[in-house]
Amino acid sequence: MTTSTDSLTLGRRTQPGRRGRWRWVIYLLLTLAALFYLLPVYLVVVTALKEPAAITLADTWRLPETWNWGSFVTAWEAFAPKLRNSMVLAVSATVASALMGSMNGYVLSKWRFPGANVVFPLMLFGMFIPYQAILIPLFQFLRDIGLYGDLLGLIVAHVVYGLPITTLIFRNFYAEIPDSMLDAAKIDGAGFFGIYTRILFPLSISGFVVVVIWQFTQIWNEFLFAVTLTRQESQPITVALAQLAGGEAVNWNLPMAGSILAALPTLIIYIVLGRYFIRGLLAGSVKG
Amino acid sequence: MRSNDRLVAFLMLLPSLVLLAIFVYGFIGRTAWVSLSNWGSDPTQALALDPQIAFAGLANYRKLFTGIIDVRFRQDLVNTFFFTLFFLVGTLGLGLGLAILLDQKVRMEGLFRTIFLFPFALAFIVTGTVWRWMLQPQGGVNVLPELVGLPPLEFRWLTTRQQIWQFDWNSVPAFLAGAAAVTFAFMAWRAWRRGAHVRAGVQAVLAVGLGGWAVTGTPGVTLLPYPEMHGFNMAFIGIVIAAVWQMSGYTMALYLAGLRGVPEELREAARVDGASEFGVYRHVVLPLLGPITLSAMIILGHISLKIFDLIWAMAGSDNATTDVPALLMYLRSFRANAFAEGAAIAMVLLIMVATVIVPYLRSSLRGEVRR
Repeated sequence: MTTSTDSLTLGRRTQPGRRGRWRWVIYLLLTLAALFYLLPVYLVVVTALKEPAAITLADTWRLPETWNWGSFVTAWEAFAPKLRNSMVLAVSATVASALMGSMNGYVLSKWRFPGANVVFPLMLFGMFIPYQAILIPLFQFLRDIGLYGDLLGLIVAHVVYGLPITTLIFRNFYAEIPDSMLDAAKIDGAGFFGIYTRILFPLSISGFVVVVIWQFTQIWNEFLFAVTLTRQESQPITVALAQLAGGEAVNWNLPMAGSILAALPTLIIYIVLGRYFIRGLLAGSVKG
Repeated sequence: MRSNDRLVAFLMLLPSLVLLAIFVYGFIGRTAWVSLSNWGSDPTQALALDPQIAFAGLANYRKLFTGIIDVRFRQDLVNTFFFTLFFLVGTLGLGLGLAILLDQKVRMEGLFRTIFLFPFALAFIVTGTVWRWMLQPQGGVNVLPELVGLPPLEFRWLTTRQQIWQFDWNSVPAFLAGAAAVTFAFMAWRAWRRGAHVRAGVQAVLAVGLGGWAVTGTPGVTLLPYPEMHGFNMAFIGIVIAAVWQMSGYTMALYLAGLRGVPEELREAARVDGASEFGVYRHVVLPLLGPITLSAMIILGHISLKIFDLIWAMAGSDNATTDVPALLMYLRSFRANAFAEGAAIAMVLLIMVATVIVPYLRSSLRGEVRR
């Protein structure tokens, strides 16, 4: 992160020809690594665009002779209801857990009460547990209240188990807003909600962007809850894709087209809002 | 007025506290109870809305670790061990390498970063589906060498039953005791150097005791009356590659953030002292990345212990050679309705994750309070 030109030139002067001579090795290695990451993408796209009959193992890497967009149409027809389920699930669970997390983060960073140092780690532990350890009671609970197999049941699960990470990110985010700003508002007579709506909330737009991206991606991609708690009609896209691709006599063009459909929403978010995506990713490691 | 606000603040937090208390701790307690019961052994009660279940003590755990039928669970633990090991080595090594390359003030750094990190945005199910196609026996990766005129590879990535590095399950207590002995010996040595002689003595005694117990063949503990061989299933190699493909961008981002945090003055000072560019990394930069490596190991390690969807998508949900406890728990509970056994597997998984996560949470939050 050398922003000053001074140290930049210094760096060049101390390492003259040597740096230049080896520079192509750096680019070669980076290009090879990029190939490793992009090869699967190439394979997915060409396979999805081939006629089913033209997909043979030996010609895997060949470009399609005729470009066939039909697989996307078929995959879309099969997956549209599942994509809709995933969208409803991810949007509603993200909004609910983000709003609750924002409130929790506000309380935990600005209204520290006795015992908060014990409560907070206990809350955080919830985001690391293997969900297998709560899966059987969760399944029983949702069945008892009549939400098993219903999309709403899955939404409830994602909201609750999303609370630790959203609380963590907002707590770290609000901790950086100086208390003196709050004190000024308090003198003006603002109470608990006044401070939140007038000061914290307007300042938390980028915090919300980080949390929303993180939660949306996690929930869209999640599989364990999805496969355990849903029925055919409430399946999200991950379960439908796993079912389609898991069948034995399968034409590979469909799973590949389906993979692209399933990946697009999170990929678009990543490419457009990558900066915030990385921030959420770094926030996931507690210290923030 | 102010104390009133405090009450409001607590009341706003309360719903989340109650929800997490029930859904995390209440449910874990319930799973623990189920794991100590006989739920599922009577098929008529298995799916009853209010099943009649009875306390069964540690029977389910005993079956998992020493029962004849549950050999699959023990191989699953071995699978998880090797998967975690290679997954960590792969993601940390590749991530660090890429971060160092990107730190050389390269052109198009943003483009490279985007390429290395994009798989992290994908679902494990998508990655698994894609890599399953990449690793077909007569296609994908195996025919890549043909593009440059070489003979194709023959390796059956996901279906091979080849197993290497075999060992007897009965020697696991000896391995564990040996590892504990080495750890205690190391801690004793450190305590001795710091002058804590009493603590060093206690730890040395523990080390010698455990070491002796391990070397003499762990007398007093017999898991199985016969040898039972386990080892590294080579079908996991492809799964590790796919997992590293997906997650190495994450370590790259962590390390790059860490490298950017190393002040340029520090590197400059080392260069002035005559250090080569390699020496600057070796002696100045890398030692500063220790804490990042530790937290990356913990985050990735707990993901690896829980790995579930990637294997489901790559090798199928019911493939014994590529099974892991997280998958077996699902199969036992929701396919076979053997809920008590599923709960016992879940508790083993929870204990493994907790041993990694609890110290991490404690140390990182304690540091925060001090700051």
